[in-house]
Amino acid sequence: MSKRNKKNSAIAYGFLTPWLIGFFGLVLGPMIVSLYLSFTQYNLLTAPHWVGFSNYKTMFQDDPNFWSSVRVTAVYCVLSVPTQLLAALLVALLLKKGIKGIRIYRTVYYLPSLLGGSVAIAILWQNIFNSDGIFNRFLGLFGIKGQAWISNPDYAIYTLVLLSIWQFGASMIIFLAGLKQIPEDLYEAAQIDGANRFHQFRAITLPMLSPVIFFNLVMEVIKSLQSFTSAYIISGGTGGPVNSTLFYTLYLYQNGFGYFKMGYAAAMAWLLLIVLAVITGFLFLTSRYWVHYEDGGIR
Amino acid sequence: MTVQKKKIKVGRVITYVVITLIGIIMLYPVLWLLSSSFKPENIIFSEEGLWPSHFTLQNYIQGWHIIDGMSFGLFFKNSLIISSINVIANLISCSMVAYAFARLNFPLKKLWFGCMLMTLMLPVHVTLVPQYAIFHYLGWINTFLPLTVPKFFATDAFFVFLLVQFIRGIPKELDESAIMDGCGIIRIYFKIVLPLAVPSLITTAIFSFIWTWDDFFSQMLYLNSTDKYTVTLGLKLFLDSSGNSEWGAMFAMSVLSILPITIIFFFFQKYIVEGIATSGIKG
Repeated sequence: MSKRNKKNSAIAYGFLTPWLIGFFGLVLGPMIVSLYLSFTQYNLLTAPHWVGFSNYKTMFQDDPNFWSSVRVTAVYCVLSVPTQLLAALLVALLLKKGIKGIRIYRTVYYLPSLLGGSVAIAILWQNIFNSDGIFNRFLGLFGIKGQAWISNPDYAIYTLVLLSIWQFGASMIIFLAGLKQIPEDLYEAAQIDGANRFHQFRAITLPMLSPVIFFNLVMEVIKSLQSFTSAYIISGGTGGPVNSTLFYTLYLYQNGFGYFKMGYAAAMAWLLLIVLAVITGFLFLTSRYWVHYEDGGIR
Repeated sequence: MTVQKKKIKVGRVITYVVITLIGIIMLYPVLWLLSSSFKPENIIFSEEGLWPSHFTLQNYIQGWHIIDGMSFGLFFKNSLIISSINVIANLISCSMVAYAFARLNFPLKKLWFGCMLMTLMLPVHVTLVPQYAIFHYLGWINTFLPLTVPKFFATDAFFVFLLVQFIRGIPKELDESAIMDGCGIIRIYFKIVLPLAVPSLITTAIFSFIWTWDDFFSQMLYLNSTDKYTVTLGLKLFLDSSGNSEWGAMFAMSVLSILPITIIFFFFQKYIVEGIATSGIKG
């Protein structure tokens, strides 16, 4: 390596330094420590005490709350992600067709995504689905007698699913950008061949959009498995009623910072990481069969 | 032909009706929140219409002075301090790192870039307990430091990624001609890359601000005395007091809490929309 190249590499590492410190000190280091802590009992104040696989065993065998949290999170993910993406895709398709005032519509649809994660909206949601909230008032118009959705363990999770669907705007914007990139002449050629709207959608739009669908799917799954704020606010931090909104991360938080079982919390965190990696890996594997890349290659 | 034209026209009308209807449903909850915040306590849940029949600012006055000797003004100040620091920290650290990844050559570049991409998907919970332990050990609990200092180390991989994508799009010839003129790596960063990357820097600044402003989890984790509370934690005070009699005040402060984000959104919509679109397209 020439002297000049060496000097340039040194400068480049200078630019990289903040990230390197952050990566080793705040990400990789803590990750490894967290793996170690997951095999210990640790309450922050006394030294960690090695317990082997005990935390993991407890999770799988002796902790019904853990399984509640897994179930609640799985139901939430399975219900909210596909519905939200479908809504996003449908609305994006509607907006694509040269709508007048598209900017206003885009704004209106995106606003909930922007505000949706906030405490304010979680509070609002709690009041919308109260027994005397506006949702029941709306049902009353049709003569349906509603109930206290938030405090009913059978329904509480669905209010959170609705909150998530309400925030389809961000995915919609990504879909819109993806739709814009599909060359118009593909559709023109298809029209000449006599393909109807539905055929065009199946043969052009879906395959051309599949990388974007894939991206949105992965991101939304990851996001939904880590949901926290809305469940915390709506249940007052308990995950109730009867664990019906006990999201995985909420239970993790309770263990670590409510009961100070930090070793257990670390074990839960690592399990979450493994599950996320497996799901993402699985989605990547299936993507070979349904995601179409223009350059034909794997990214 | 005319039949077909008619068909298309009807289709268009239906499209407009549908998207307008969806829009109204989407906005209704937020509008209800806004209108309720101006209604007297006793009619919030009983009055049908969105337009308040009695208009009052009482909720705002009551909510602002939520506890004796402390007001939401303090919470706003705290949120503003933390958010502003994070904007600056992310702009500096992420642009430096993105410049290195997008433009410079150095050993192990691929390895580090791969590591950076992996952290994009990393759940925060995996590093949570050790990070908390570190900050506890340093005596940083109940200060703004755990919420701000990490941002100086480009820990928000999303922004690094966003900026890398953007800087890659800046024509390389500009660098080359600058080198001809005798510019070094550092001057190219300041004279060429930073000025041309301004749109993506604005996106970074906006999202840094919004996400910090909205953040609940880490603020709840690290701030525990009321005088350190941020706006989101201030809202939680209403829930903790569990007095059902303060709906109006709670709604009023909720409106105030989302006001800054909404204003930023309306002013910088273009950058937000482009930022989201880019993150999803150029993957």
